[in-house]
Amino acid sequence: MKFDAPAGKNLFDNARIVGKSTRRIDGPLKVTGAAPYAYERHDVVPNQAYGWIVGAGIAKGRITAMDTSDAEAAPGVIAVLAAPKMQPVGSSNFNYAPLFGGSEVTHYHQAIACVVAETFEEARAAAAMIRTRYDRAEGNFDLEANKDAAPMSGEPKTRGDFDSAFASAPVTLDETYHTPGESHSMMEPHSTIASWQGDQLTLWTSNQMIDWAKNALASILGIEAANIRVDSPYLGGGFGGKLFVRADAVVAALAAKEAGRPVKIMLQRPLVANNTTHRQATIQRIRLGAQQDGKITAIAHENWSYNVPSGGSGETATAQTPVLYAGDNRYVAEYCAELDLPEGNAMRAPGEAPGHLALEVAIDELAEKLGMDPIALREVNEPGKTVPGQPQKEFSERNLVRCIKEGAQRFGWSARNAKPGLVRDGRYLVGMGMAAGFRGSPTMKSGARVKLAANGHITVETDMTDIGTGSYTIIAQTAAETMGVPLDHVTVELGDSLYPVSAGSGGQWGAASSTAGVYAACVALRRKIGEALGFDGDAATFADGNIVAGDATHALTDAGAMSAEDTIEFGKFQQDYSIGTYAAHFCEVAVDAYTGETHVRRMLSVCDSGRILNPLSARSQVIGAMVMSVGMALSEELAVDPRFGLFVNHDLAGYEVPVHADIQEQEVVFLDTLDPAVSPLKAKGVGELGICGPGAAIANAIYNATGIRVREYPLTLDKYLDRLPALV
Amino acid sequence: MKAFTYERAKSPAEAAAAVAGREGAKFIAGGTNLLDLMKLEIEAPTHLVDVQDLALDQIEETSDGGLRIGALVSNTALAAHPKVRKDYAVLTRAIVAGASGQLRNKATTAGNLLQRTRCPYFYDPNLPCNKRVPNSGCAAAEGFSRQLAVVGTSDKCIATYPGDMAIAMRVLDAVVETVTPDGKTRTIPMAEFHRLPGDKPWLDNTLGKGELIVSVRLPAPVGGQHFYQKVRDRRSYAFALVSVAAILNDDGTGRVAFGGVAHKPWRVEAAEALLPQGAGAVVAKAFEGASPTEHNKYKITLAERTLAGVIAEARS
Repeated sequence: MKFDAPAGKNLFDNARIVGKSTRRIDGPLKVTGAAPYAYERHDVVPNQAYGWIVGAGIAKGRITAMDTSDAEAAPGVIAVLAAPKMQPVGSSNFNYAPLFGGSEVTHYHQAIACVVAETFEEARAAAAMIRTRYDRAEGNFDLEANKDAAPMSGEPKTRGDFDSAFASAPVTLDETYHTPGESHSMMEPHSTIASWQGDQLTLWTSNQMIDWAKNALASILGIEAANIRVDSPYLGGGFGGKLFVRADAVVAALAAKEAGRPVKIMLQRPLVANNTTHRQATIQRIRLGAQQDGKITAIAHENWSYNVPSGGSGETATAQTPVLYAGDNRYVAEYCAELDLPEGNAMRAPGEAPGHLALEVAIDELAEKLGMDPIALREVNEPGKTVPGQPQKEFSERNLVRCIKEGAQRFGWSARNAKPGLVRDGRYLVGMGMAAGFRGSPTMKSGARVKLAANGHITVETDMTDIGTGSYTIIAQTAAETMGVPLDHVTVELGDSLYPVSAGSGGQWGAASSTAGVYAACVALRRKIGEALGFDGDAATFADGNIVAGDATHALTDAGAMSAEDTIEFGKFQQDYSIGTYAAHFCEVAVDAYTGETHVRRMLSVCDSGRILNPLSARSQVIGAMVMSVGMALSEELAVDPRFGLFVNHDLAGYEVPVHADIQEQEVVFLDTLDPAVSPLKAKGVGELGICGPGAAIANAIYNATGIRVREYPLTLDKYLDRLPALV
Repeated sequence: MKAFTYERAKSPAEAAAAVAGREGAKFIAGGTNLLDLMKLEIEAPTHLVDVQDLALDQIEETSDGGLRIGALVSNTALAAHPKVRKDYAVLTRAIVAGASGQLRNKATTAGNLLQRTRCPYFYDPNLPCNKRVPNSGCAAAEGFSRQLAVVGTSDKCIATYPGDMAIAMRVLDAVVETVTPDGKTRTIPMAEFHRLPGDKPWLDNTLGKGELIVSVRLPAPVGGQHFYQKVRDRRSYAFALVSVAAILNDDGTGRVAFGGVAHKPWRVEAAEALLPQGAGAVVAKAFEGASPTEHNKYKITLAERTLAGVIAEARS
C-alpha cells in the first residue's frame, strides 16, 4: 500500500478497538515468566554452551601478548577465542567501533576474548585466567578539551541575519549548558544464542531492528544475509542500545562456529557502559535575542558533541531548535569532536532529549529577564502554520499551545510564585517549572503478513519488535479492527526475520509505521476475501466476525483459510510537512534547604501525538520517559576518567537511575488529535516525546524553588550546595 | 569466580579455627557483598566456612540493660526489634536507610560491619587500587572521587566505609564481641573496629586472621532524640554522600557520627562536645585536618548543613 496523500475518513474514525485502553495481550506471559527472553531460550536448540566475553583493560592501544593457556586447560572449557589471533570482523552501516578481532584496542572493555565452556561458572572462571599485556597509547577522552578543535557537522542551518538581530536585541541571553554521557542501562543486557547448521546461522537475540541486524551481521561476518535468521520476540528494554548488533551477537556467532555447537552470551553488566553504545555528552551554547514584548528575534543554538574517529555523528542536541519557536534570524550548528571513548549512538530521543535540557531552560531564563511568565513567552513565540523560515513547509498538526494551556490549568500553574526562592514548606524550598517538548515523528516502510484460519482466527506475522512498548497489543488492535473480529481472535507473532520486514522499534516510528503496515496487509486480505466471495473488500464492512457487502452478509469463515501480505510505503508528500509530536511538561519539586536534595513531587505531561492507539500502554510509555527524565536531570552520568579513558561508574550501583522512592505523582494527558499526514491511522509515537522536556521542567522548578540556576547536568547537590540559603 | 571448597561450621570456635588454619579461607554469612566481589574476583577465597548454622541469630537483653545482638541477626530483624526501635532508634533508622528490603533480609549484623568499600576503582580489576592489590597504586585520589573520603585518608587510599548500620553503632558505643582461633573471646569497641587506610589500606578492620564476630553489644540506652539523616543522589538504594547519626539531648549536648566521609564511621568526641555551639563548630572540629579532593570537598559543607538540619529538627 502506498500512503501518498494525507488520510481521509476511514474505518479508524469509527474505531471500536483501536484507541481504547487495552491491557497488554502479552501481559500474562510477562508476569508469569513465560515470555522467553534471549538468554533463557533453552528449548530452541539443544547442547547450548556458555560464552563469556573478556573486555579490554585499556581504552586505546595494542594487545602485545595474550596468554590463554590456563584458560584452555581450565575445567569445562570448550574453546577460547583470542582477538589477536583472529582477523577483525567486518563493519556495517550501523557500527563504528570495532566489534571483535585483531590486536588494536579503540575503547575500554572492547571485546578481546571469549571463553566457551560447559557451564556459565566455568566460562567465567576460565575467562579470568587469560593474561593480556598491552601497549597503552595516549588518547583524547575529554570533550571540553577537544571542543574547539571539533569540526562542524554539515552546514549550519541559518535564516535571516542572526548576528545583527542578536546585537540589536534589547533583551539577550547567552548561556552554555553541559549534559553528560548516559547509559541505556536497560534491565536485560545484550544477549544472544547463536547456532550454525552448515552455513546457516540462527541468532536468538535481543534486538530492536531485526532486518538491520540481519544485514549488519551479513556484512560483519562476511556471509549471505539470506543465510541468517534473527529471532527476538521479547526484549527486556532497549532504549536505542539494541538498535544495532553488538559484541554479544557477533562473538556468539564466531564462538559457535569455533566450538561446533550453539553458544549463548549475555554481556555482563559491568561491560554494558563501555562495550556497547551510549548517549554522548554535549556542550550547548544558546543565544537568544528578544523584544521587550517577548518576541524572539534571534535564536542560535550551537552544540558540541563527539564520536569515535572511525565514524558516527555526535549527539545532535539542536534537533528541536529549528521548529520549536518562531524567530526570523536563526543560527543552528553541530560540531562533532573525535574522541577515543566508546562509540556513541542513539539513546531514547537522540538529540532532542539533551537538547531540551538546554533550550527549554534558556527559554525559562529569557522569560525571567523579560519579566514574563514562561507560558506567555512560549505563546508569543508560537510559529504560525509553517516552520519558521520555511514558509512552504506546513506543520501537519501542531497543538503545542493547547498542551501548555491544558497543562497549566490542570497543574495549577497560576499558583506558582514567579519570584524564585520564596515558597517554603518546612525545611523544603518548593518550586514549579515547565517546559515545552518536541520530537519528530518519522515513518518507516513496514510490512506484515495476515493469516485467516478456517475458524476465523487471525494471525499477524511481522518482524516488528516489542521492546516493552506494547507493540503486540496495538498490532492486535489494528488487525482486530480492520478484520472485524474481537481482540482475542487475533494472535501476533513478532521479531522473527522469517516474517515480513517491518519498521522495527526506534526513533518513535514503530507504533505509527508498524500498525500502518498491518493495516495494509489486512486490506490486502480483505480484498482477497472479497475476490473469493465476490465482493469489493474495500467497500465491505467487516464487523463482529461478519462481512456486510452491499445487501449480502457473509461470515468471515466463509472464505476459508487464506493469507495476504503487504507493506506500507510512505510517500514523498510527507516531506512537504513538518510532522512532529508536541508536549507541555510540568513539575513541582521540593529542595531540602539544608542538604540540597531534590524531591520531585508532581509531574504532568500533556501530549499531542495524534491518535493514541492504546491509551493505557501509551501512558506507560510517557511515564517511563518521565522517570528517565528524572534520571537525566538529577542523577544519571557516565563519569569519564580522562586519564584512563573509560566510564568508571560502570555498574548500577555507580550509575544511578531513579528508583521507586524518587517517583511520587505522575500524570499524563493526551490531547484528542489526529494527524492525517502521518499514516492511515493518523497516529504518532509517544515513547520519545515523553523524555523531551521533563528534565528541563525539573531544572526550571529547582530554579523557581531556590533561585539557583545550574547549567551542568545532572543537577546534583554538590553543584549548588554553597549557594543555598545560609544556615541560621 | 574462582572455584572454592566449602564447609559449614558447627561452632564459633570451630569456624574460627577452620579459617585460621587455611590459606585463603574466609567466612560467609549472608554473602550479599562477598559473592558479588567473588564474581569479579576482587575476592577470591579458596575455601568458605559458612557460619549460618551457628546459633547466633538472637537478640537478648544484657544484665546492664543493654542488648546483645547475635552476629547472624538479619538487618531486617534488628531494625524491627521492639527494643531497638524504642531505645536505639538511631540504629533502626540507619539500617532501613541502607540497601533494599531484599538485601536487608539476607544481610547479617556481622557481615554488614565487614562490608567493603564501593570505590569504583576498587570495583574495576583493570585499574590500580591499593585496597584490592596491595601497593598497586590508588587511581581514586586523582580520579572520580565525589563519593569518596575526605578525612582520615592516606596517600594510598581515599575509600570510604560504605555502610549505615555501623555509623549508628559507633554513636551508640557498641562493642564487637569475637571468638579467636584459639577459642578465646575478645571485645573490640566500635571506635577501634574499623581502621584508617594508612599504609595498609587493604586491611579494613582490626580483626585477626580467623577471628569471628559472634555478637555486637549495645550498652544501656542513653535516651535523647535519635536521628539518622542520609544524604544521597537518589532517595533509596544509594550509598551515602554524607550521613549523620546523632543522639541529641534537650540541653543541646549529644553525640554525633558521620558516614560516607572516611574509611570508618567518623566520630570525634572532642567535636561532639561542641554540639551546644551548633553544627559549624562540630564540623570544623570533626573535619580538622581533612584533605578532600576537588570532587568531594562539598562533603564538609554537606556534613555541616545536614547536621544543622538535624539540630533544627531536634529543637522543633
